[in-house]
Amino acid sequence: MFDYFHAIEFSAAGQVLKNSPWAFAVTESVHLLALSVIGGALLAVDLRMLGLGLRRQKIPELASEMQPILVASLIVMLLSGAVLFTSEAVKCYYSYPFWVKMSSLALAILFTFTVRRKVTRAEDGRISPIGYRTVALVSLALWFAVGAAGRWIGFSG
Amino acid sequence: MSLLPFCQWLAETQGSIALHESLYMYPLVESAHVLTLCLFVGMSVLLDLRLLGLTMRRIPVREITDRLLPWMIAGFVLMVVTGVLLFYAIPIRSYQNVFFRLKMITLVFAGLNAWTYHYGIHRKIDEWGSAVKPPTRARMAGAMSLILWAVIVVSGRMIAYNWFDCDLGQSAFINWAAGCVPGVR
Repeated sequence: MFDYFHAIEFSAAGQVLKNSPWAFAVTESVHLLALSVIGGALLAVDLRMLGLGLRRQKIPELASEMQPILVASLIVMLLSGAVLFTSEAVKCYYSYPFWVKMSSLALAILFTFTVRRKVTRAEDGRISPIGYRTVALVSLALWFAVGAAGRWIGFSG
Repeated sequence: MSLLPFCQWLAETQGSIALHESLYMYPLVESAHVLTLCLFVGMSVLLDLRLLGLTMRRIPVREITDRLLPWMIAGFVLMVVTGVLLFYAIPIRSYQNVFFRLKMITLVFAGLNAWTYHYGIHRKIDEWGSAVKPPTRARMAGAMSLILWAVIVVSGRMIAYNWFDCDLGQSAFINWAAGCVPGVR
């Protein structure tokens, strides 16, 4: 596994990024802008499932409005994240927060595009209020872990 | 008038030194500042996109402002509190940082934009709030908000880089823009 990470960082792309004084900062800015957007798209629906925010709207309608924003910002996050990773793969290998982030990211994506998707698309009355609340809280907890651990990669080492 | 003496005084206070040197407190405050982007900027982006007629077109604008504004205000308060703490921890370097200055100036413009919208076209929201495509002035406010907050987020991130720090010796323009004073760091 380490050899793999090492090879990525010392690949041509990794070296170009590492040697550019601006590349990391610019990519990170894009990562942060997409973070703001994905946060809004997730929160609008999760808050709604908790009975907060846009609570006069139907959950399936709100969720389908947010879906393209969620998917687009997630793609930008993954792409910019991959670039950031390429420039410091070896550091990431030794970073505990990095592995926490990747694990919770895998769980968050899995949960969002299976359980959460199914629940937010269900017709009126099929899901109990407690069901909505549980899904919203799990979603918030998973994505919060991704964000918090992600920020912590920068503090460690 | 320079705020440098104030920043120098602030940097010598016990709380500033403690926060600056803390192992966990500073990273925690910064994490809170960054993650609150999701709440504050995330919600603002949704409203801006609605003003541009790009999302939630069937939902009246009033519904969105009524229901999401409290969350945006809560997010903004958290942003300001954590932001002030971050400044409190590193006052002199922040004050003499071009990106910090750019961010503060852009914040003023974002505030003016929000104020102009709120006390302008928003007052007639009952006339246009249900339209898929709001009037030009509302769309302009949404577009301006998206641009200004993007500049604020990016320049905020750039404060962390030392490219233009006074003590590294800068061009005349940066020395002027950052308010560099020889011997002060």
